Amino acid sequence: MNTLIAIAGLGIICLIAEIFNLRKVIVPITIIGLLAVLGLHYTDYSVLGLETTAEQTKGLYNSMMVNNGYSKAFTSLFILLTIFLIALTPHFQREHKSKLSDFVAIKLFLLTGAIAMVSFGNLAMFFLGIEVLSIALYVLAASNPKDTNSNEAGMKYFLMGAFASGILLFGITLVYGATGSFNCDAIYTAVRGGEVPSWFFIGIVMLSIGLLFKIAAAPFHFWAPDVYQGSPALSTATMSTLAKVAAMAAFFKLMHDLNYKVPGTYTTIIMTAAILSMTIGNIMALKQDSVKRMLAFSGISHAGFMLMVFFNPPAMSGVLFYYAAAYALAGIAAFAVLLYVAEDKKGESIYNFNGLGKTNPMMAAILTCALLSMAGIPIFSGFFAKFFLFTEVLKTGQVAIVIVAVINSIISVGYYFKLILAMYNKEATTETSKVPAMYSIVAIIAILLNIAMGLYPDFVLGLLK
Amino acid sequence: MENILEQIGIDNYIYLSTLLFCVGAFGVLYRRNAIVMFMSIEIMLNAVNLLLVAFSTYHQDAAGQVFVFFSMAVAAAEVAVGLAILVAVYRNIKNIDIDNLKKLKG
Repeated sequence: MNTLIAIAGLGIICLIAEIFNLRKVIVPITIIGLLAVLGLHYTDYSVLGLETTAEQTKGLYNSMMVNNGYSKAFTSLFILLTIFLIALTPHFQREHKSKLSDFVAIKLFLLTGAIAMVSFGNLAMFFLGIEVLSIALYVLAASNPKDTNSNEAGMKYFLMGAFASGILLFGITLVYGATGSFNCDAIYTAVRGGEVPSWFFIGIVMLSIGLLFKIAAAPFHFWAPDVYQGSPALSTATMSTLAKVAAMAAFFKLMHDLNYKVPGTYTTIIMTAAILSMTIGNIMALKQDSVKRMLAFSGISHAGFMLMVFFNPPAMSGVLFYYAAAYALAGIAAFAVLLYVAEDKKGESIYNFNGLGKTNPMMAAILTCALLSMAGIPIFSGFFAKFFLFTEVLKTGQVAIVIVAVINSIISVGYYFKLILAMYNKEATTETSKVPAMYSIVAIIAILLNIAMGLYPDFVLGLLK
Repeated sequence: MENILEQIGIDNYIYLSTLLFCVGAFGVLYRRNAIVMFMSIEIMLNAVNLLLVAFSTYHQDAAGQVFVFFSMAVAAAEVAVGLAILVAVYRNIKNIDIDNLKKLKG
């Protein structure tokens, strides 16, 4: 809870710093502040001990917030991702210096929303968290008002997001109507205790639809490619790493908290959504020219992979965390390179990456590592994420979906290698400029963390156990 | 005075709210004027608010009514952002018809 208050305060400090003309120090102060919050968060964690008992996980503020291993691990991941995204901001917005504080502050408020989404103990907090995250993202998507593409992306995202929020809210209301409480524990007890009216299940399905919209899983994925393509590149990076991981974590926590014993038909819904997301995402990604659009479809297919954790929620939280961290870190590294290329070449089509292997070997190597991690090639953490996920799903006896997932991993290698081949096998057409220092620092740290996670998977998995 | 909710029955409140919700949803799907779409989204959210208040009375629990305040505040913030985006769109294309926004495809 201290974490949440501290981050919201940091966001307000950013806005005040702008008034006092302290624009130059905003980003360093924010990054130091976030590192301090991460430290504070980690000491909280160590004091409590890795094994949290029932007393330690008790809710704060009338159980609006619940701190347990799950929320703490995901909060650390979100803070880390936000540090990366804020570090990329100053150079990306160098032509709009006066807006820097707004961009940093919005990202911090987005982070508070994300944290509320993984540590809620009450559906009110869940709803507020998801809305704070979404509203910040609408602003970020439309943050280039002179560009019609950004306008279109913002408008589409807003309409789809508000529509999904309406469905989500209706779901929350029906769950409340069926159980008489917004508190997750009370709802769980009520569901366990006996008969619930049939609205409860309608409510759960509507909640799932709203959240499938937010994580951009098929068949609710139509907004994602357009919004990712139209938004400014850094906003796309935020959406495809932080926002997607946060929505997925919230979805998992919600289903985990409300009903372990989902009726069998619910598994069918999730299985359909997972298979559709993986297949549609991968097959559509094969024919994309725009790299941002390709990464959007790749994100849809990863959402499909992550949905597989719903087959056995109690055992899967560690696997979901590992997968989410691997995907998000690879995404940050890939987007740091994409930002550089998009600025340098004034476009983000695949041919803009031609010859990057010769003109800028380091950035090309980082992008290659990030893409190989997303594809699931060993030594990168993406491979182990998929390995653990498939092992756990196989234990539940769902062989069919694992086969589909493996086939999809193979398809995904196709489009990731299309980009890698463009970088190494084709000749560069134009001169290149120097890589901005911050982009390369962020890219290197993100990819090193990704590889480190691949080398020491036990440490990350142990965070939640 | 007898409880009016018992006379009408909670089911009828659910049907009414669902109907209003569907009116809003079809408005979003069929109307092409951005302002009308925003209004339709508001109808969806207000249908939910009505249902929340009905359930709150049904359970004799104030939490539902408090939630309505949250949802109203969030809806206001959301529409403020939406209208800001709409102003940006209007400045660029001098029009608020959603059908003009279809440059992004692939």
